[in-house]
Amino acid sequence: MSDVAVAPSGANVAWNPPARGIVGMVCLILAEASIFIIFIVAYIYYIGKSLNGPTPKDVLSLPIFTSICLLSSSLTVHAAVSALRRGRQRLCSLWLAATVLLGGIFLAGTAHEWYDLIYNHGLTISTNLFGTTFYSLVGLHASHVVVGLIMLSLALWFSLRGQMHHHHSEKLEVLSLYWHFVDAVWVVVFLVVYVLGR
Amino acid sequence: MATHIPFDQAHAPEEIGDKTQRKLWLEVLHEWVTTVDHKKIGMMYIGYALFFLVVAGFEALLMRIQLAVPNNSFVSPEVFNGLFTMHGTTMVFFVGMPILFGFGNYLIPLMIGARDMAFPRLNAFSFWISAFGGILLYYSYIGGSGLYGAGSAPDVGWFAYAPLTAKVFSPGHSTDYWTLSLLLTGIGTIGTALNIVATIISMRCPGMKMSRLPLLPWLYLVTSGLTFVAVGPLTAAQIMLMLDRYLGSHFFDTQAGGSAVLWMHFFWIFGHPEVYILVLPAFAFANEIIPVFSRKAIFGYPAMVAASVGIGFVSLSVWAHHMFTVGLGAAENTFFVLATMAISVPTGIKIFNWLATLWGGKIQFTSSMMFAIAFLFQFLIAGLTGIMLSVAPFDWQLGNSYFVVAHFHYVLVGAILFMLFSAFYYWYPKMTGRMLSEKLGKWHFWLFLIGFHLTFDFMHVPGLLGMPRRIYTYEADRGWMIWNMIISSGALVQAVATLLFVYNMVWSYFKGPVAGPDPWDAWTLEWATPSPPPSYNFAETPEVSSRRPLWDLKHPDDPDSDYEIGPSHRRRAKEESA
Repeated sequence: MSDVAVAPSGANVAWNPPARGIVGMVCLILAEASIFIIFIVAYIYYIGKSLNGPTPKDVLSLPIFTSICLLSSSLTVHAAVSALRRGRQRLCSLWLAATVLLGGIFLAGTAHEWYDLIYNHGLTISTNLFGTTFYSLVGLHASHVVVGLIMLSLALWFSLRGQMHHHHSEKLEVLSLYWHFVDAVWVVVFLVVYVLGR
Repeated sequence: MATHIPFDQAHAPEEIGDKTQRKLWLEVLHEWVTTVDHKKIGMMYIGYALFFLVVAGFEALLMRIQLAVPNNSFVSPEVFNGLFTMHGTTMVFFVGMPILFGFGNYLIPLMIGARDMAFPRLNAFSFWISAFGGILLYYSYIGGSGLYGAGSAPDVGWFAYAPLTAKVFSPGHSTDYWTLSLLLTGIGTIGTALNIVATIISMRCPGMKMSRLPLLPWLYLVTSGLTFVAVGPLTAAQIMLMLDRYLGSHFFDTQAGGSAVLWMHFFWIFGHPEVYILVLPAFAFANEIIPVFSRKAIFGYPAMVAASVGIGFVSLSVWAHHMFTVGLGAAENTFFVLATMAISVPTGIKIFNWLATLWGGKIQFTSSMMFAIAFLFQFLIAGLTGIMLSVAPFDWQLGNSYFVVAHFHYVLVGAILFMLFSAFYYWYPKMTGRMLSEKLGKWHFWLFLIGFHLTFDFMHVPGLLGMPRRIYTYEADRGWMIWNMIISSGALVQAVATLLFVYNMVWSYFKGPVAGPDPWDAWTLEWATPSPPPSYNFAETPEVSSRRPLWDLKHPDDPDSDYEIGPSHRRRAKEESA
C-alpha cells in the first residue's frame, strides 16, 4: 500500500449527511413504538373479556383537561426549540418552563385518576383484565412522561443558568422529538382506552 | 471527486504493538473495561460470544450424550429441561446477537471511512448491559437453590410458552432469571442497533452515497431496522410476564380470561424476524467475501439491496407459521403459508446473485471461501426444508418434531455459523495483524463439514419417524436409536473441529504469519488501514468515488467510478461525445 493521494477534483459535492442525534432518536422512537403497539394490541384484544367488574364504563371518565395540557406542551416545546435556534435564550427558558408545567399537570391528573380508581373503585392491576391492561398501558405511557419531564427539567436548569446556547439547539430538538412522540402516543392511548374501550 | 485514502505511515503497527507489551496487565484490563473504541468493543462482543458458544456447545454435547442411546440416565429429566432451555437462549441471545453485533461494531466504521460509531459511550453501555444479561442468566445455576443439582436454571424452553411460566407452574426464580436477562440484553441490542443505523446514515465519509455503501453496512442497516420492530415486542412481552409473576396481573393467566396464545403471538412476532436478524449479517459477510475470492465485483448490487430490504419487510408477516398447530383458522393459515413462501423469492434472488458472482470468477479456495461455499449449499437446503414446513398440513404432521430441530439448526449452524467461521478467517488478519493458519483452517473446515452433515442431515430422519423435540429419553423399540447414535457422533466431530479452530485462533495470534494491511487484495476501506488499525482508524478522512475505493486506488487507469451511472458518468459521456 502506498499513499496515493489524489487531489479532489474541482466539483466537490457538498457532504451533509443527516445529524446523528436525530437519526438515533428516530430509531429509539421506532423501537419504543413497537413496545407500545404490543401493549395497545393487548388492550384491544382484552376489551370486554374481563370476568368480573369494574368495567371501563363504570369507572373511567374522559381526562380532557389534562390531555389538552399534554398535547399543548408539544407546541410549547417546539416554541422553545425555535426560540433557541434564533438565539433567544430567555424565551427558550420560558417555553421550557411552560412545557414542564403542562407535563406536570398531566402527570398530576394521572396520579389523581389512579388514586380514585384504586381507593374509591377498588380497581388494581390484579382485579381483572381491564385493570391489568389499563394500568400497564397507561403506566407505560406515564413512565415515558416521567422520563421526558426529567430531561426537560434538566434542559430548563441549564437554560436558566445561561448554559444553553444557540449551538445546543440540535440537542434540544432531539429531546423535543421524544416529547412529540410521547404526546402522539397519548393520542392513541386516549382513543383506545377512553373512546374505543369505553 | 476522486478517491483519496491517506495511509498512516507514522503509526505502523509494530510501534503500537511494542507499546502495549510494556503495559501492566492491570493497565490493559482498565483500558479494555473503560474503552469506547468501536474496535475494542467489537472484539469484546466477539470474545464474549465465543465464550458462550463454547458453553452452549457443551450443553448441546451433554444433551447428545443423553440421547445417543435409548433409556439413558446420563442426566435427569430436570437437568435436561434446563439444558435445552439454556442452550437455545444462550445460542440466540448470547452467541448469535453479540457475535454479529461484534463484527458490525468492528467493521462498519472502518468500511464507511469513519473514526468511530456515532455514539461511542452508548456503544460501551450497550455491550456491558448485554454482557451483564448473559452473566445473570448463568448466575441462575448458582443462585436460587444453589449449586446442588441444577440450581435454578430456567427450564421452560427458549420460547417459554404460557402458562408454564406462570408463578404456579414455575415457582422460585428460574423464569425470572430468564426474563430479566432477556430484558437487559434487549436494551443493549436496541442500543447497538440504534448506534449502527446512526453510524451508517450519518458518519459516512465524503463521497460514500447510499448507492456506494458496501453491502455489509447495507445489510446491517436492514438487520438493525428489524431489531427495533422485533426486540420491542419481546421487551413488551417480558414486561407483561414480569407483571404477571410479581404484581398478579392476568395477561397470560387463562384462569382470569387471559390468553396463552397471545404470548405465542408476541413471542414469535419477535422470534421470526429474529431469525432474519441473525441471518442477514451472515449474508452481509458472504456479500464481502465471495466477490473478493472470486476476484469479481458483486453481481447485481441493486438487486442485493432490494432483496435484503424485501426480506426485512416480508419477515415481519410470517411469525404465525410457528403456530400452525394452534389451530388459527383457514384464512390465517393461508396467509402465513403464502407469506412464508413469498420470502423465498428475495432469498432466491440473493442465492442466484452469489452464484452469478462466482460464475466465471478466478475462485481462490481459501479456508474463508470454502466456508462461504458450504454456506451457499447448506443455506439452500435449509431454505428447502423451510418451504416444506411452511405448508400448514405438513407442519401439522411434523411440528415440534426433530425435523423442525434439524431445519432450524441447518439455518443456524449450516448457514450462519459457517459464514461466521468464514468471516473469522477473512477478518482475523485485520483484527490481530496475523493470518490464521490455512492448514489448520482446512482441517477445521473438513472436520466441521463432516460433523455438521452427520448430525443435521440425519436429524431429519428421526423427525420424520415421529421423534418429538425436547424429550429426555426414548424407548429402544422406536427405531430411532441408530439415527440418534449418528447424530451424537457427528456432534462430537463438530466439537473437535471447534476446538481446532480455537487452537488456531490462539496459535496464530502469536505465531501466525504477519498479515500486512491488505492480505486478500480486497476493495473496501477497512483494508486501507494498518492491521490492526490504530484507535483513530484513519489519520485523515478518506474520500471515495465508487463502491470499491481500493480498486480505484490500485487501478487508477480503470477505476470503478468510470462505470457508475450518475451525473459523473453522464458528464464523462458528454465529454467523450464532444
